[in-house]
Amino acid sequence: MKETILLTKHMRDNPEDSHLIDSYEKNNGYTTAKKTILESSPEKILEEIKASNIRGRGGAGFPTGVKWGFLAEDEDRYLVINADESEPGTFKDRILLERDPHQLIEGIIITCFSANIKEAFIYIRGEYAKPARRVQQAVEQAYQKGYLGKNIFGSEINLDIVVHLGAGAYICGEETALLNSLEGRRGEPRLKPPYFPAVKGLYMKPTLVNNVETISSVPWIIENGGEEYNKLGVEGSTGTRIFSLSGHVNNPGNYEIEMGSSFGEFVETLGGGIRNNKKVKAYIPGGASAPWFRGDQLDIKMTIDDVANNNSMLGSGAVVMMDEDTNLVSAAKSIVSFFAHESCGQCTPCREGTTWLEMILDRIASGRGRTSDMNLLLDVCDNISPGLSWPPKMTTICPLGPSAVSPITSLMNDFRDEVESLIPTKVLL
Amino acid sequence: MSWDDKLLKQAKKIIKLYPQKRSALGPLLHLAQSKDGYISDDSITVISELVGITEVQVKSVSTFYSMYKQEPTGKYLLSVCKSISCEINNSSEVINKVQEFTGLNNNETDEEELFTFEAVECIGACGGAPAVQVNYETVEGVTPENAINLCKWLKETKPDVVVADEMQENFGGIKSFDWAIQDNSGATSTAPGFQTLKTTKVKK
Repeated sequence: MKETILLTKHMRDNPEDSHLIDSYEKNNGYTTAKKTILESSPEKILEEIKASNIRGRGGAGFPTGVKWGFLAEDEDRYLVINADESEPGTFKDRILLERDPHQLIEGIIITCFSANIKEAFIYIRGEYAKPARRVQQAVEQAYQKGYLGKNIFGSEINLDIVVHLGAGAYICGEETALLNSLEGRRGEPRLKPPYFPAVKGLYMKPTLVNNVETISSVPWIIENGGEEYNKLGVEGSTGTRIFSLSGHVNNPGNYEIEMGSSFGEFVETLGGGIRNNKKVKAYIPGGASAPWFRGDQLDIKMTIDDVANNNSMLGSGAVVMMDEDTNLVSAAKSIVSFFAHESCGQCTPCREGTTWLEMILDRIASGRGRTSDMNLLLDVCDNISPGLSWPPKMTTICPLGPSAVSPITSLMNDFRDEVESLIPTKVLL
Repeated sequence: MSWDDKLLKQAKKIIKLYPQKRSALGPLLHLAQSKDGYISDDSITVISELVGITEVQVKSVSTFYSMYKQEPTGKYLLSVCKSISCEINNSSEVINKVQEFTGLNNNETDEEELFTFEAVECIGACGGAPAVQVNYETVEGVTPENAINLCKWLKETKPDVVVADEMQENFGGIKSFDWAIQDNSGATSTAPGFQTLKTTKVKK
């Protein structure tokens, strides 16, 4: 199994200075944006994006062309790049921001041309200070060259980009919470409907919210054509995708591959196998929100639909391998604690439920669990996401609460013995 | 107003970047954090006047986000990741060692105001687990032993600018990806080393 290099080509070819505009331009950077602005039309660009069948790389996997098509008419419309990458296990946008910020800016220029947008924001998580510095420098260089600002590339078109730093809140990766945050409010998700960003987004104006990787793919798609992109990967999961591999593997890292191989092949070849030749006990196929797969499920294909058909999600493309020695109760506790900490507090089932789950798991992990805790865990989960089905049913405004349920249902379905073994047998409550 | 002219000038530049003033609230809170090491009552008053909202509204936002500190912080904010990839790669031992060395519990600052310690959620360095940030500059592949060495080095040399590359070279290990680009930039306070100041945006 080999990588297919589109998005990470420039940074690989020019490792030392791929973040600078001179290096980017020497390798034909900004030629696609220039050609688009001077020779193409918004409709043509949208057609190419639709033909590429690219689906959003942030987690939900919504078709990008369809999303762009939903954008309501208005004089003021905005593009917001979601660079609030914070799903545990994920570090793929970080490399795109740090090492190829101009590719993202070129993608923004093309996107804004297609959607008739004059102002874009790049919302970068606060902990990504270094990536934010690189992006800010790149934006300044693009302004100096006349690729941003007034009359870009000598055309009649104006485009401004503002780099905005978040301040440590996972929930702002949820698009409507991100918009509230960008408006200077608490990062609390909005109800959809009526607040679909494409209709009522930033400042209640139509807004496109797209992930860094999605928009970084745009220059390649426009340069080579949507059809070419569509040929890569498999139906429903076209193109390449950067997977972040971590956990107990020999070679953790970001790998750009065409979707369609199995997780097992991915880990054995590019990942260099599991450390110390151990076996996989369980793995997370798409970030902390995703239900786990067992070690005997490594033949599942890495496509959005295959993973969904097996009751999990490819999510943000974060694959975390846990070997046979992993304490899965501690692992689940870590994930549940994450969601308890990051709950925005608006909805009771999430605010209270995640905290309870954390406390119950904590007492089980520390050997103070009660026999009744097994059912209590599932009962609390059921109150957050009734029926414990996949995709999860919701009692909350956004999917954060149900995400905390994922690791627990995985534990209870597949590793119940491991949880029970931690509960002292003499406790009868 | 307790912000000096230079700071106010920066603040006004930031506000101009946005279609609506209130959007500048986040960046202005980062500015306040870089000035005092926390969000002081003074800063809340200044920001509320600059942005045109009430002090309570500013406070309500500042307490929502974990990077705006409500108490004074030390010169170095030590953030050790405890999320899943770090957790299964022994981050708890890194946390123990840092706590031992500094004598601090979670979210505490020492008397000399040198260190503030916190165990944090995912910082996007999962391939380089376990990972640590010092003033939001990332070091990856930090062994428990090197975590102590890092703390010792900070205590002895007290660098004014914290540079990720330098820390990674001396105290880091496995990385999420090849950093490739040499970089001497860094952070000078417990606010992230980034300000939206040098923007060249042309306002209509």
